[in-house]
Order: sequence, then C-alpha cells, then structure tokens
Amino acid sequence: MKLRDIHWFKFAAPQNFYYLAGRMWPWFAALAAVLTLIGLWISFFVAPVDAQQGQGYRIIFVHVPASQMSMFIYLVMAGWAGFGLAFKTRLSGMMASALAPTGALFAFLSLVTGAFWGKPMWGAWWVWDARLTSELILLFLYLGFLALQASIDDPRRADKACAVLALVGAVNVPIIYFSVKWWNTLHQGASVSMKGASMATPMLMGMLVMVVAFWMYTITITLLRVRSIILDRERHTEWVKHAVAQH
Amino acid sequence: MSSAVKPVGLGFVLLAVLKREISLGMRQKGEVLTPLMFFAVVASLFPLGVGAESNLLLRMAPGVLWVSALLAAMLSLQRMFAMDHADGSLEQMVLSPTPLGLLVLAKALAHFLLSGLPLVLMAPILGLQFGLDGRGLAILMLTLLLGTPTLSLIGSIGAALTLGVRGAGVLLSLLILPLYIPVLIFGAGAVEADAAGLGIGGHLSLLAALLVLSLFFTPLATSAALRISLE
Repeated sequence: MKLRDIHWFKFAAPQNFYYLAGRMWPWFAALAAVLTLIGLWISFFVAPVDAQQGQGYRIIFVHVPASQMSMFIYLVMAGWAGFGLAFKTRLSGMMASALAPTGALFAFLSLVTGAFWGKPMWGAWWVWDARLTSELILLFLYLGFLALQASIDDPRRADKACAVLALVGAVNVPIIYFSVKWWNTLHQGASVSMKGASMATPMLMGMLVMVVAFWMYTITITLLRVRSIILDRERHTEWVKHAVAQH
Repeated sequence: MSSAVKPVGLGFVLLAVLKREISLGMRQKGEVLTPLMFFAVVASLFPLGVGAESNLLLRMAPGVLWVSALLAAMLSLQRMFAMDHADGSLEQMVLSPTPLGLLVLAKALAHFLLSGLPLVLMAPILGLQFGLDGRGLAILMLTLLLGTPTLSLIGSIGAALTLGVRGAGVLLSLLILPLYIPVLIFGAGAVEADAAGLGIGGHLSLLAALLVLSLFFTPLATSAALRISLE
C-alpha cells in the first residue's frame, strides 16, 4: 500500500468521525473511571503524609492534573483551530469547540483547588502570584472563546473566528509556562522536573495516575461532545436522520 | 485601452489610508474626544474610591493611569472597522490589490494617532493629580508611547473578529483585555520599578519587543479575521 492510497482525511468527514467516536468513547470512559479510582486510592491511602504540609497537600492530586490539562487543552484547541484554518476541514472547528468547555472547567477547577491549598499553606485564598494570575488569564481566554462562539450565529463563521482567537490566545500559554521564571514569586517552584522529582514515589505515582485519568476523561467528554455537535450541525442531512432513527 | 494601470506604491497607500482615517476622525471630534474624557473621569474616580492619602495614591498612580488608558483606548476600537463595514468600503479594501495587512497596519496606526497619542499627552496632567514627580511623569509617558501602539494593534484583531456581531462592544472587551495584560504589566511595572530605584531597561525592552511582535503578527491575524467577518 502506497502512502497516497491511504485516505488521510477519511475521518475528517463528520459522518465517519461520528461513528468512530461512538465506538471509541466507551473505552476511554472505562479507562478514565478505573484510573480515577486507582489514582484516588493511591492519593488517599497509599501516599504518605507530607512532612511540611500535612494532609493538606493531597489537593495536588486534583490540582496539578487540572492545571496541566487546562493549559494543554488550550494548545490542542489552538492546534485544531490552526488545522481547520489551513485545511478547511469542518471537523477541526467542531473539535475546538468541543474542547473549550472542558478546558474552561479545568482552569476553574485548578483555581478553586489552588485556593483550597493556598488557605492552609499561605494563609490566603488568593495571592496575586504569577502562576495563579496566568491561570486566571487562561480562564478569561477560554471564556472569551466561548462568548465569541455563542455570539456568532453562523457556525462556520463562528468556528473560523474562534480559530483566529485561539491562535492569538495560544501566544499567551507559553507566557504562563515561563512566568515562573520571569517573575520571582510566592508560588513554590515546580516539584516535578526532568531531572527527577522532589517527591516521595507513591505521591508521584498517584499524581501521574491522576494525570492520565484526567486525560482519559477529557478524551471521553470531548468525543461525546463532538458527537452532539456533529448531530446538531448536520441535522439536515440524510445520514443524521438515519442515525437518529436507529436509536 | 492601451494604458496599463500604474502600480501604486505601498507607501503611498499607507499614507492615503492614514490621511483618510485621520480626516474622518477629525470630522467626528466627539468620538475622538470622548475616550479622552473617559480617561480623565476613570482616573479621577480612584482617589474618590480609595481615599486621598497621598502615599497610597502615589503608589497606585502607574497602575491606575495605565488601566484607565487601556480602557479608554479600548472604547474607540469598534470605530476602526465598523463604519467602513457599514458603508461597504471595507469590502473594497479587502478586494483591492493592496495587501490587506498593510491597510490594517495603516488603520491601527491611525487609531494610535487618534486615541493612543492623545492619551500619552494627557497622562502627565492626570499623573500630577496623583503626585508623580517629573521623572515619574516622563517614564509614564514613555511607557504609554511604547505601549499604546501595541494596544491599537492587538485591539484591531478584536475589532475585526466582532465585526457585525451581537453585543460587539462588551464582547470586544472580553476578548481583548486578557491580551492587553502583558502590556499593562510591563508598562505600569516600569514606572513602579523606577520609583523603587530599579532599572527600567528591561521593562522598556519588553514593551518594545511586544510592539515589534504585534507589528509583525497582528496585521496577519486581523486580515484573516476581516476576511472571515466579510464572508
């Protein structure tokens, strides 16, 4: 089989992707459920009490994956957006708009859990630290994306306009990442680095499992949401009538 | 028809658009002056809100003046394309052989001259009310001079994206204000850093870097957004 014989864009057709997503999401949902249970078990019962932070540190098992996902989803969203602008594939815009609410949710979750952690550790619910502030800006970027999407009636135009906005906003995500180095702040430095983690192994394990669980959750929910968006946008076509009639 | 169309120089187009925008702006003085009054009013509200203690005001001055300037510059953003969109001349600009990015650049430059530059000139008067000294005022003006063109450029993206959209004004602010934050941080930061006896070279360099980056990238993004809006 030669490279050009492969139908690269087969699943770029919303109809094909609808069925593919329908077959994939239960697997990701199952993985998400299992991994979340394992992750929570490790974080509550296996991971030891932190020498300095006591029990309060356990919020990081939700906080760290949520912040990571909120940043990563924005990049993926911008990636889909750029892909959609470049190749004019309809599905890309749908993927971007399916990812946005989950990203916003994680950004919000990250801020809330950060506040729960900050109160016992720093003695304040909110500190105007660079990382907190950039996470807040990220939430604003998501909200802007969602607001723009909601205010344009024509979905194709909304997708394209949001794509430009997502790409422009993506410039902000590296600033978030490097803000720790740019400003000398209160927030503790990153505990996990490429050189080796400054954490006990069970703690690290728990966090990594939770990170993967959040990934699986994101994939599941995005697939489900994109399926609804596809049905909504293609509701005038024959295949949708057929697919709906089957249920 | 033997005479070929004489190609028009890009510099000529830039100047022509600039001249047109400024004469249009001068004919509607109200729309140019209102953001300036807004700037003065907003900046004057802060002492009324937080109290007139001079030390507190002095410390707040850079941030308050920068935020007020940012909001004032945003007020007039919608004007950038809305009128041309309404009378159809924007479509002609998109169709013209001149690169759209260049026209966008000219429009953003005109927006800076009509809204940013007056803010720069007005800032020292308001700065005096907050008790900034001569050096602080000079640095405030310098940072505004470096920062407001960036605001006009970034703002052009939002203005193009929200063209002909329901509730464009509020939406524009939601889209654009988060993108203004780096400019605000380094602009106000420079004045604060100098007051604290630190060097301001880094802040000014970063402001200039943001300006250069947005000079290069925003015409591309705004042109793409305009084309999408006019589809």
